[in-house]
Amino acid sequence: MKRETLIWSVLLVLGFLGLTGRALLTDRGMANVYVRAVDRTLVQVETEAEAAEAGGVLSKRWVDAEAPEAADLDLASLGADQVRKVTTYEQVLPNDYYRAVSEDPDQAQIRWSASRTVGVWVAAIFTLAIFSFLYKDNVFYKIAESILVGVSAGYWMVVGFWDIIVPNLMGKLWPALVKGWAMPGLEAQPEPLYWVPLILGVMLVWRLSPKGSWISRWPLAFIIGTTAGLRLISFLHANFLAQISNSIVPLIVMEGGQVDIAESVRSLVLIVGILSCLVYFFFSFEHKGAVGKTAKLGIWFLMITFGAGFGYTVMGRIALLAIRLEFLFDDWLWLIDPSNARILFSAIS
Amino acid sequence: MYTFLKNLDRRWIFLLMFLAVAIPILFELQFPEHPTGLAQAVFDEIEALQPGDPVLLAFDYDPASEGELGPMATTFTYHCAKKGLKMYFMALWPVGAQMIDDNIAKVIKADFPELEYGKDYVNLGYKSGYEGVIKVIVTNLRGLYTTDSYGTSIDSIPMMEGVTDIRQMKLLVNVSAGYPGTTEWVQYAITPFSKDLRMVAGCTGITAPLLYPYIPNQLPGLLGAIKGAAEYEQLVMDAYGGEKVDQKYMKARQRMGPQLIAHLLIIGLIIVANILFFMEKRKGVVR
Repeated sequence: MKRETLIWSVLLVLGFLGLTGRALLTDRGMANVYVRAVDRTLVQVETEAEAAEAGGVLSKRWVDAEAPEAADLDLASLGADQVRKVTTYEQVLPNDYYRAVSEDPDQAQIRWSASRTVGVWVAAIFTLAIFSFLYKDNVFYKIAESILVGVSAGYWMVVGFWDIIVPNLMGKLWPALVKGWAMPGLEAQPEPLYWVPLILGVMLVWRLSPKGSWISRWPLAFIIGTTAGLRLISFLHANFLAQISNSIVPLIVMEGGQVDIAESVRSLVLIVGILSCLVYFFFSFEHKGAVGKTAKLGIWFLMITFGAGFGYTVMGRIALLAIRLEFLFDDWLWLIDPSNARILFSAIS
Repeated sequence: MYTFLKNLDRRWIFLLMFLAVAIPILFELQFPEHPTGLAQAVFDEIEALQPGDPVLLAFDYDPASEGELGPMATTFTYHCAKKGLKMYFMALWPVGAQMIDDNIAKVIKADFPELEYGKDYVNLGYKSGYEGVIKVIVTNLRGLYTTDSYGTSIDSIPMMEGVTDIRQMKLLVNVSAGYPGTTEWVQYAITPFSKDLRMVAGCTGITAPLLYPYIPNQLPGLLGAIKGAAEYEQLVMDAYGGEKVDQKYMKARQRMGPQLIAHLLIIGLIIVANILFFMEKRKGVVR
């Protein structure tokens, strides 16, 4: 057996035994998620005013029986197709479950959730699968990576349809239809100007056609032109002119009639840093003599900036690792309990 | 020793880093935080507001950066709720809407049940269009927002009455993971309307160095990564937390324990690598 195969096999067997032991042989187990079942009554509401406003399109929507819109309704007089009983589930802390069971062992309002518990296990296994790449590229990593890419693509498609196409295009062109179908709170009049983005959008999709793909260049040119214009102005304003203004500071800062040494040094470093960095990027003169020394100082300033950037990047990456380990140790393995979410178990048991 | 370190498999360094982060988490190591000027400036900007003042909270991040930005978003929400400010939540990132919902459930519904949706806070949700959204809402909020995140017409939301653009906000609070985020808010809202608008922000470590040039004229206060979040958390909890602070308002400070140990490890590794470099230089292996 190859050395690496042996290492993988030992890790998997030890991991499986450890998890089985922790899940089955300990009192509390691990990774359990509990939910509270909340029974709700929904009623269908539709007022004449709303239907008329929606241009004759049937505008019905389900609201909670306790909502203000349903205040005037007599539930007893409504037909069976106008009232629905639904149960929603809210995640609760394990403490809530322990407390409920200790008070009434037969209660069913707060219960163990199989689907959400499986969700925690799936998240944990995928986290470990991604981490496994640090040892070596392997099949577990490939599976996790592929599923992540697929799920992300699917999610973006759904978001693109419901959050962009429906409200920003269809909602502007056919508000009555969208109000009755997807956005009951939408109050808008048709805006014919939005036919322009619709046509440009269709032209953009033409790119997929085997013939006439050049048609997509027109909307593309529109996108590039408007984006460039929009960004150029804002960049010049916020990042160029405003930065020049921010850099014009007094070298000697006076505070209460006396020189503020700390602020003065800060201003001096700012001015020297800006000038030396600008000299470094000035290539019309050879970097020799005074120019060369100033350019070298500019390199030092740049290196310190890159170092600070690297330090911040490291901090960000460690924070991401920390939250994944927190998830594994807290939500999955129940090794730690920083939020005291399971503290009542010991009190009850 | 030289040969051992020279040929050290990088996977041992990964293991060391895992231990450096895991051990402080397991032992729940935590260290006191001393707020720096930028965190103090963020705190002071919110402190200067009066109860009832409108504040726009733009949460432009997603679960990938929740570890860094979640704690500061939670503390921002808590601070604004404690001050009695009217909170207008929005997001330029698709999953930002879920981040808002999470903070509303975790902070407002749990600890401020007296606050009423539509009167004290509103979730305008995600709006696509990147910086285009900022460009529009800075002069015409209703041109883009016809409903809130849950599909309710904004005309029927009491706290939206009279709100025509975001220049009516007393302060913008942005939590940003990248593009679109703080840079775009500065470029399209703060700089052109510097007399009407002020903004404080919290950002990821990677984007923080890019935002420093905006301080202090365009951006009075900035929370850089988890360190900035921990400092701000300390300030807010010292002022409003009372004697027994809920653990959810200590997340940033809890995550500074692993940061300290991991940074010490990295500093140690950099020193060792430099020693190796100079040893090789002395031996003539490198020039």
